[in-house]
Amino acid sequence: MGSRSFLSKLRDGDEIARLVTFIFAGSVVLITLLLVFELWRESYLPRHKFGFGFFVTSVWDPIFDKFGALPFIYGTVVTAAVALLIAVPLGIGAAIFLAELAPARVSDTLQFFIDLLAAVPSVIYGLLGVFIVIPMMRQYIQPALKNSLGFLPFFQGPAYGVGFLTAGMVLAIMVIPYIISVSREVLISVPRDQREAALALGSTRWESTWKVVLPFARTGIMGSIFLALARALGETMAVTMVIGNTPTISASLFSPGYSIAAVIANEFTEATGDLYLQSLIELGLVLFLLTFLLNGMARLLIVVTSQRGSGMGQA
Amino acid sequence: MASVRSAVSVKITPPVSVPTSREAQAPLVMRMTVAKVNFYYGPKQVLFDINLNIATNKVTSLIGPSGCGKSTLLRTLNRMHETVRSSRLEGEILIDNQNILAQDVTALRRRVGMVFQRPNPFPKSIFDNVAYGLRINGVKGSIHDAVEKSLRHAALWEEVKDQLHKSAYELSGGQQQRLCIARALAVEPEVLLLDEPCSALDPISTAKIEELLVQLKDLCTIVIVTHNMQQAARVSDFTAFLLMGQLIEFSPTPQLFTTPTDARTEAYITGRFG
Amino acid sequence: MSRRLRWRKFVSHFMLTMTGLCALVAVAVLFFILGYLVYHGGTSISWNFFTKLPAPVGETGGGMANAIVGSAKLLLLACLLGVPIGFFGAIYLAEFSGGTIAFVVRYAADLLNGVPSIVIGIFAYSLVVLPFKHFSTLAGGFALGLMMIPITLRSTEEFLRAVPRALREGAMALGASQWKTIASVVVPAAYRGILTAILLAFARVAGETAPLLFTAFGNRFWSPGWAQPTASLPVMIFTYAIAPYDDWHRQAWAAGLVLLGLILIINIIARVILSRGVAVPRT
Repeated sequence: MGSRSFLSKLRDGDEIARLVTFIFAGSVVLITLLLVFELWRESYLPRHKFGFGFFVTSVWDPIFDKFGALPFIYGTVVTAAVALLIAVPLGIGAAIFLAELAPARVSDTLQFFIDLLAAVPSVIYGLLGVFIVIPMMRQYIQPALKNSLGFLPFFQGPAYGVGFLTAGMVLAIMVIPYIISVSREVLISVPRDQREAALALGSTRWESTWKVVLPFARTGIMGSIFLALARALGETMAVTMVIGNTPTISASLFSPGYSIAAVIANEFTEATGDLYLQSLIELGLVLFLLTFLLNGMARLLIVVTSQRGSGMGQA
Repeated sequence: MASVRSAVSVKITPPVSVPTSREAQAPLVMRMTVAKVNFYYGPKQVLFDINLNIATNKVTSLIGPSGCGKSTLLRTLNRMHETVRSSRLEGEILIDNQNILAQDVTALRRRVGMVFQRPNPFPKSIFDNVAYGLRINGVKGSIHDAVEKSLRHAALWEEVKDQLHKSAYELSGGQQQRLCIARALAVEPEVLLLDEPCSALDPISTAKIEELLVQLKDLCTIVIVTHNMQQAARVSDFTAFLLMGQLIEFSPTPQLFTTPTDARTEAYITGRFG
Repeated sequence: MSRRLRWRKFVSHFMLTMTGLCALVAVAVLFFILGYLVYHGGTSISWNFFTKLPAPVGETGGGMANAIVGSAKLLLLACLLGVPIGFFGAIYLAEFSGGTIAFVVRYAADLLNGVPSIVIGIFAYSLVVLPFKHFSTLAGGFALGLMMIPITLRSTEEFLRAVPRALREGAMALGASQWKTIASVVVPAAYRGILTAILLAFARVAGETAPLLFTAFGNRFWSPGWAQPTASLPVMIFTYAIAPYDDWHRQAWAAGLVLLGLILIINIIARVILSRGVAVPRT
């Protein structure tokens, strides 16, 4: 910039501009800090009353002021697990198709549609969940699963269409676009000559993709899965509309359940008394920490892969 | 019985080596033949009417200024050009008198291997890199023995025998390239294609690899693209000079470098352009 | 060809076909969603829907006029909060800041972006609802605005950075001060990307429901001013979908169609704007 006096810079308005924009930028940091602070402060009561027991108690009884987070943690984890089990193979498969097989124009067009899918709001998925997925589960899918795989504890018990499995399925559809977008980018960035080396050794196209390209990109793909997981954990509306909203812990995937986000959504405005409300807020804090960790790890993994791709070829 | 067999046999048997001092006099077997090849990327023609014979168990080098098409030509020999959608090949390329374009490409690439310009080992251990080709193609006998054999052929065994399970990326550039050679040799190809294999390496590694190539021709036929004329003169038996997609001259190496027949060849090798 | 090779080639063709199926399924879902919404929602959209207030519970013939207006007010507030902070904050990051501060701001923005929307709702509740002791449009707008900030900030910063140095230096060499350069050269050069960023952030929060549940809450009537609870499209969809009345279900479909239609159109417009631009980074 060169040395100009503060006053001359001020006259040009640069210092003012810098200050004003700094205030805006700084407000972002302030807001974020305030958010964490509020969550911590407003969960004071249950943290002191229940301590770590909060996380392992499965009783949620507002009448007797007993609050345990376990059913919600369980439901959140189970639905997320089901979602990933469905979304990861589908998503990576689609990403492989888009990155390795489809001609560039087809790949870009399909990616455009997938980006649109990511823009569909949660409540719309919930709408479809309630009127399409639940009846489908109740009438066709759950009975079919019961008949064929009913010996497994996952597929036993009464099946009304709602429950962990349904929520997991809806979540799967919601997170697939994230897995596809990130995995596709990561696969595209794998250096060409890795693939060519595999082909030149007499690999089939699938072998070169599965045994060379995919392993090369595995860190970034892990990152996409963490991202998807973070999204799945925080999802509220679609889950609450199809999960059954009952704080139950059950091995059966047909059982209705509850997730952290869903219970906050449903009970926040009904919460009587500070302990009740603050217990819900503590659940929010838990959710925040979980997604914070996952997002952080995801970003790290994705950055590492892209650096690796460009750092190749050094002796 | 014997007469029937010899009558139907179409195998070209290599001649019994007559102890003469001039190798060039012994009749040569052609492992691969390039016949009337024209090559296009989309509408743009890149190779014009190439006719070339690759002699068995010899080193043939392709030289020429950048952009002359030597790498493109090399890549047609194992059909790697097919990885680019807009590429189009006319003409025939034969291996043992069979058109490679009519064969299964995966099987072909096992017979014609390739080493690339920049070392590109897989993100696996040294052992797994060499074993890769063996595992997908199936191998008779022990994989470990086959890996050792390849690493010995690539003059790398002594340096890595105690670290086979380390990542390939921990090796130096020159070692990585020798690893890529070992990886390619593991599937016992009949022809080995090398695309400027030393251009990313330091002089010492380059020297090691050049030494290697001379020894490897007993194992397989070698075709090497190089922008380094001295290298071509050092290692190859036959040299092809390409310019702007055309094959200008193709002769035994000593002849091309001392008494070239075409003025353009002479201009190139004397450094008037490059 | 050996049997082993034949098998390997079969596996290759089979698996690659399967990946094509996966891609097809993913894209097909989008069209299913659209199809169902058009089918169920299209038949339920009526003039009433846009102009009438919700009818008393159990009666038919109501509409969502208040929810539409409510959403509009909420989104206006959201933009008023999110766009300036995002825009000017990005200018600071791209033009004025040093390494450490920029890192901290970006980190905070990414963190904020990753916060589940329901937790944003909790934050807005404790900041805006509790002190005033009632739900309000302000609180809802605040929550949505918070969600707009990170998207606007990060994307705008990227597009500002993508403006070539040469353009800036050209202006400065003519004697323009830094802020004049930014205002007259850099921002106009990046306007496409910035507009896209704002549109995409807008589309994102337009569909958000969770943060409104305990900030704007809901209202079966008009919500005057900014300090009263207000209905909004997403919340109405939620409320009506889980209720036992067929008429409400029909309205939920209609609202879903309107909402998704709006969001998708904005997304498409944003991406078209982006693709027409020259030398812009991918968001």
